[in-house]
Amino acid sequence: MPSISRDEVAHLAKLARLAVTEDELDLFAGQLDVILQSVASVGDIATADIPPTSHAVPLTNVFREDVVRPSLGQQQALSGAPEAEDGRFRVPRILGEEA
Amino acid sequence: MTNDLIHATAAELAAKIHSGEVSSVEVTQAHLDRIAETDGKVHAFLHVDTEGALAQARRVDEAVKAGEQVSPLAGVPLALKDVMTTEGVPTTVGSKILEGWIPPYDATVTRKLKEAGVVILGKTNMDEFAMGSSTENSAYGPTHNPWDLDRIPGGSGGGSSAALAALQAPLAIGTDTGGSIRQPGSVTGTVGVKPTYGGVSRYGLVAFSSSLDQAGPCARTVLDAALLHEVIAGYDHMDSTSINAPVPPVVAAAREGLSGDLSGLRIGVVTQFTGEGYQQGVLRSFEAAVSQLKELGAEIADVSCPSFDYALPAYYLIAPSECSSNLARFDAMRYGLRVGDDGTRSTEEVMSLTREAGFGPEVKRRIMIGTYALSSGYYDAYYGSAQKVRTLITQDFAKAFEKFDVLISPTTPTTAFKIGERANDPMAMYKADLCTIPANLAGTPAMSVPSGLSDEDGMPVGLQIMAPALQDHRMYRVAAAYEAARGAFGGPSL
Repeated sequence: MPSISRDEVAHLAKLARLAVTEDELDLFAGQLDVILQSVASVGDIATADIPPTSHAVPLTNVFREDVVRPSLGQQQALSGAPEAEDGRFRVPRILGEEA
Repeated sequence: MTNDLIHATAAELAAKIHSGEVSSVEVTQAHLDRIAETDGKVHAFLHVDTEGALAQARRVDEAVKAGEQVSPLAGVPLALKDVMTTEGVPTTVGSKILEGWIPPYDATVTRKLKEAGVVILGKTNMDEFAMGSSTENSAYGPTHNPWDLDRIPGGSGGGSSAALAALQAPLAIGTDTGGSIRQPGSVTGTVGVKPTYGGVSRYGLVAFSSSLDQAGPCARTVLDAALLHEVIAGYDHMDSTSINAPVPPVVAAAREGLSGDLSGLRIGVVTQFTGEGYQQGVLRSFEAAVSQLKELGAEIADVSCPSFDYALPAYYLIAPSECSSNLARFDAMRYGLRVGDDGTRSTEEVMSLTREAGFGPEVKRRIMIGTYALSSGYYDAYYGSAQKVRTLITQDFAKAFEKFDVLISPTTPTTAFKIGERANDPMAMYKADLCTIPANLAGTPAMSVPSGLSDEDGMPVGLQIMAPALQDHRMYRVAAAYEAARGAFGGPSL
């Protein structure tokens, strides 16, 4: 299996929305490499004829009656928000540059 | 009196409270005092809810006084792992990203405990997001094993198991994704049960790996664990993976087991879980347990489950993959920490800075491993292969259960290791879950019951008992019979 480079770790961190530090990149590159090489052994026995199992309990969609049940009110839903305004979650800008 | 109350089992306490011999307030206060006295050393609790606990105790006392029929564990105190949401009481999951968060709702397990009159003393320490085997990954500092304060109490539910061993509570709740109930039970000399997947609702259990996460009971005796199991188990429409089937009769099975007869019961010893990497004292304790089970009448033979050798690598692909997806919800927008929002940064930048500041190293490692395993080009080799191994493990269990009623092994290869010993070596840490992971991957029930102390270091050892799905009662029967035959093995001095 290919070893994982520092650049690849930086890419993974970006995908995972983790603003990792330079020191962490060094640490994680080494550790992820050891872990991935170790877990790659699953390929030794996972032959093409074996069906995958995603879940221990075979499930299909679970349906229920469409009835109104008590749920969180607006105040409760916003109670843990880092910032709220006018009964809504207040978030930083989502567009790249301000118009 | 106080001493008697903290040493008593939950079943004994319930009988005394319900007969009016002692009040729940007295019992609760005795445990709160014990926590105040010992938790500076142990650090089992992240939050103690003195007021809430005493209020619940008073309600039970009033009901008993009024002659009302109360539920079997009403008035008995319990330590709740900080992974379960509690309305109005902080829930951190051992992470800085949820520091100060007060959930607006109760987990189903929390609700069932409250409705049953169980007194929740507080929230227990854990590895951050339940990722770990030592509780060293808690953002709030490690928990210490009451048997030896320099050693780990297991993980991720080290706080719950340490609280039991330290006599801070007679009951606790844990969650088990790869062994987080059983391995802490093993290294603290307490009982820990992972029920059949879907047996206990996951609603309000802060998700780590949803196809594996399962809440379960922790106690100092098998009967106490069974009593708690029946309180928290059962179908819940709030969890789409909840099993809509009757709760296995675990209390009846535990009582039956106490009679001490296992005649005709077929027990398989998993041959994969021995040899290199296993501590001699652990293996000797296991052999002694096998002899005792034989004396109780069980028929014991070896059974080979070859795919179990691949359970650990499969788990460390599946669990991180699911976690990388589950933990995406910690986006600094709706609850929890928000870092770096100075008016100039974008949402994406704030998310990245928040997650960097809020997650610890093990959580970051697993998120990145999962992100890698699920990325195109690697998906088939890693996540896809791990899912196939999962199929093989399920098949090995099925074959073994054709010949045997239950399977046994040591719960974990070693006794509690020293705090710091494996902190910088993730693979060494992961090996603590070697024997416990197959049951999570197959969704089958498994438990750890103490098999006494290792003769080389005097630390507790656990016997793991595994049963087929929805046959949880089988392992309770075996565990109760074994427990009675084993007898007392002392306790830590604090």
